[in-house]
Amino acid sequence: MPQSAEKILDHAPLFREPEYRHMLAEKKLNFECPHPDQIVTDQCEFTKTWEYRERNLAREALVVNPAKACQPLGAVFAAAGFERTMSFVHGSQGCVAYYRSHLSRHFKEPASAVSSSMTEDAAVFGGLKNMVDGLANTYQLYDPKMIAVSTTCMAEVIGDDLHSFIENAKDENSVPRDFDVPFAHTPAFVGSHVDGYDGMVKGILEHFWKGQERSQVKGTINIIPGFDGFCVGNNRELKRLLDLMGVSYTFIQDASDQFDTPSDGEYRMYDGGTKIEDVKKALNAEATVSLQRYNTRKTLEYCEEVGQATAPFHYPLGVQATDELLMKVSAISGKEIPETIRLERGRLIDAMADSQSWLHGKKYAIYGDPDFVYAMARFVMETGGEPTHCLATNGTSAWQAELKELLASSPYGKDAQVWAGKDLWAMRSLLFTEPVDLLIGNSHGKYLERDTGTPLIRLTFPIFDRHHHHRFALMGYQGGLRVLTAILDKIFDKLDRETSQTGVTDYSYDLTR
Amino acid sequence: MSLEYENDGALHAKLVEEVLSQYPDKAAKRRKKHLSVAKSGEEAGEEGEVVSECDVKSNIKSIPGVMTVRGCAYAGSKGVVWGPVKDMVHISHGPVGCGQYSWSQRRNYYVGTTGIDTFGTMQFTSDFQEKDIVFGGDKKLEQIIDEIEELFPLNNGMTVQSECPIGLIGDDTEAVSRNKAKQLEKTIVPVRCEGFRGVSQSLGHHIANDSIRDWVFEKKEVEFEAGPYDVNVIGDYNIGGDAWVSRILLEEIGLRVVGNWSGDATLAEIERAPKAKLNLIHCYRSMNYICRHMEEKYGIPWMEYNFFGPSQIESSLRKIAKHFGPEIEEKTEKVIAKYRPLVDAVIAKYRPRLEGNTVMLYVGGLRPRHVITAYEDLGMVIVGTGYEFAHNDDYQRTSHYVKNGTLIYDDVTGYELEKFIEGVRPNLVGSGIKEKYPVQKMGIPFRQMHSWDYSGPYHGYDGFAIFARDVDLAINNPVWDLFQAPWKKSPSRGEALAAE
Repeated sequence: MPQSAEKILDHAPLFREPEYRHMLAEKKLNFECPHPDQIVTDQCEFTKTWEYRERNLAREALVVNPAKACQPLGAVFAAAGFERTMSFVHGSQGCVAYYRSHLSRHFKEPASAVSSSMTEDAAVFGGLKNMVDGLANTYQLYDPKMIAVSTTCMAEVIGDDLHSFIENAKDENSVPRDFDVPFAHTPAFVGSHVDGYDGMVKGILEHFWKGQERSQVKGTINIIPGFDGFCVGNNRELKRLLDLMGVSYTFIQDASDQFDTPSDGEYRMYDGGTKIEDVKKALNAEATVSLQRYNTRKTLEYCEEVGQATAPFHYPLGVQATDELLMKVSAISGKEIPETIRLERGRLIDAMADSQSWLHGKKYAIYGDPDFVYAMARFVMETGGEPTHCLATNGTSAWQAELKELLASSPYGKDAQVWAGKDLWAMRSLLFTEPVDLLIGNSHGKYLERDTGTPLIRLTFPIFDRHHHHRFALMGYQGGLRVLTAILDKIFDKLDRETSQTGVTDYSYDLTR
Repeated sequence: MSLEYENDGALHAKLVEEVLSQYPDKAAKRRKKHLSVAKSGEEAGEEGEVVSECDVKSNIKSIPGVMTVRGCAYAGSKGVVWGPVKDMVHISHGPVGCGQYSWSQRRNYYVGTTGIDTFGTMQFTSDFQEKDIVFGGDKKLEQIIDEIEELFPLNNGMTVQSECPIGLIGDDTEAVSRNKAKQLEKTIVPVRCEGFRGVSQSLGHHIANDSIRDWVFEKKEVEFEAGPYDVNVIGDYNIGGDAWVSRILLEEIGLRVVGNWSGDATLAEIERAPKAKLNLIHCYRSMNYICRHMEEKYGIPWMEYNFFGPSQIESSLRKIAKHFGPEIEEKTEKVIAKYRPLVDAVIAKYRPRLEGNTVMLYVGGLRPRHVITAYEDLGMVIVGTGYEFAHNDDYQRTSHYVKNGTLIYDDVTGYELEKFIEGVRPNLVGSGIKEKYPVQKMGIPFRQMHSWDYSGPYHGYDGFAIFARDVDLAINNPVWDLFQAPWKKSPSRGEALAAE
């Protein structure tokens, strides 16, 4: 009997005990009707070949292990970045349970959102009644300052019109006439979560800016972060830099406090976020800076329409990307970049120089959202690494072209390949046929690490199986230090593991590296 | 080991009244039917009303805008019933999200080479685009099935798990599945589990059960030499290995588990199920349908059992053994005796640390009643419990478990649960990921009771030890005493005097 009260074994050790190994072997043999071991081994080996890769990449319809989610997730994340805002997702209720779970599993935080809980009758007659009752219930129960409405694909397929539904609900006094209910149609069958983010932010800006007189305040800047699982660390770091510069700025959408509430006995359903007053005033900003171009394409168009200058970035991470962001902000605001920031920059460069021998020539596979992949590829090249595979399931052809241009600008990018629209099962073939030293992605990449042996560095959403990484910034020079350290730790840990066999490989088990 | 106690029914009734007062009238009227305080047998049934002790309405539509915890039919089918069948490819048919959010999240453990002969922790999606909505997705589905066959040739079948748009745009996944199954000589099961069907996960379970009846049973010649002690375990999804710690016990008492539904299952285990002598059902809510069908069609009796905590394990083992007669009964007593020292040691170690601690539960369709005795075995007290998607027959069964005065909440809303927990201040809450962090922020220990909080298994004797350990580590962790900053603490009388 393997279990005892003194030493309690949970799943990981328990099922390695002989009783269980025997039981599972017997189960397989007698009851599972498995394929013969040789056939399984042969197929397993076949999936590592170029032939399999070609078939795998030729797939047209099937998607396996994609690195993207659907639009409403982005909308719910976006809404969480505004003061006392409740997300109301119009359509089937199961979707909302999924978004909340998904966000909670990453942030290890509460994630609130409500559904209009449409069922079969609503599919036939439309969901107006659900909207009318739902808004009233949300307003009364959860005391929001704003309710941000988005849609599931069910409501989109039957063609519910959010604008008229919300007007109807107001006519029926579900919420006061002047209560803010911005909305965005977020069909799951178009784009991905980054587009849902874009739609919701644009919806909120339109709601407050439409028909308002703009009187530009020179030198003021809006910052839109984009969908970012590291918003907690990143937004705070950027604010620190902007404060050091003395810039007058407004974060439009800031979930850094919402997804990082303290434990002190009080559950805060709402915390932080961009104040509604500030959203209104943001119309007058001279410029709007997007930290993630492919998260804000429509929003930036709208900002341009109202007369603001715009400046899109690709997840400003690493040296040159941070330089560019700061110089842009400096140019718009007229504020100098202070000496303290220059010193910080110098410290990142110092760290990179200290470690360059370990990083030079390392090959990487990078996947994630388009702007993140762009940023990581760029930083990797700054360290002398080669971004061999750059993959974004939600990457567009425009992204592909832009990234290729970046890669062509550096000798470290000359062998790099860009994979727009491909999934992680495609990545599996790429890693087997053209191996790399390191894989940069999210928790889903652990299956690639298991299958191909490529060490995984978790640096983007969602991270379910490691805790608290998102609390630390990746952006800015400070963030660069953290990314650098994460990469180095992975390299050193692997090297130590490979040289730790006593009397066999441990001559290279160096104390100093 | 039955624990005698009574809960504060008056407080609970007051809490119910308070939360209802916050709703708009229409919603309050509807929610009222879902909240109650369990009555003792004598009180129940007065004035001729037909009531169980847990008299709440259930399995009806959630109210819009209140933050229900419930999921959808797809979650019930792909996430619960079909997803764990490891040697089949389960296609999330529709847009990308549903499959993405449910990917690897139920911890249905299995053994196999993932991506080669098993596919449990993978996300296969048809990733619907606008053109698929406009022109229909049947052609795409055909192509997907072909591509799966080419790239994953060792799959032993496929299921097509319909997401919301499929039923709305009028796709004929049945026709595609039928044709492709014939052409490839494989089992392909279309499941019409669109998320808008029904009111929760529950209808998805039912639809998935029916799809086994209609698309798996009697479709193939099953060669199998049946034995006198053959049983199927139904409704154990092997979360964290639950089915394995159960199987070892059933085998020890002399039974042969010829199929496990559906944790760590292969299609073959499902196909041969009608040849078994008895169906043992753990999750009644999600799989009673197919048990009833097998009873009617093949004359296989079924029996509910409960492998949470030693009291229930013992009585369940004896009940199962009784069905098979003296030989098995004798072995069963030996097995119970064999594990008794482990049980005693676990209880001796943890009961003193947990005795009298109060627990509130809110889980899916089985555990809100099934785990109660396991806590009581550790001397703990259940003050409130409720289900996301139970039916009336579940609440009837619940009345055998709960004590007088227990707070009962069906399809609880975020608001209600928060207020109930605030009002009751239990020592532990057992619920899901969406509830975990709000509760912990309030300074109340929490365990996820869907995923076992990444631990487990909790079934069986081996699992009970882990359960006891986990409850203890949750409640008795020092972090709960650090919540208040010392400079904010109101000084105790002694300290105040000393400072003077």
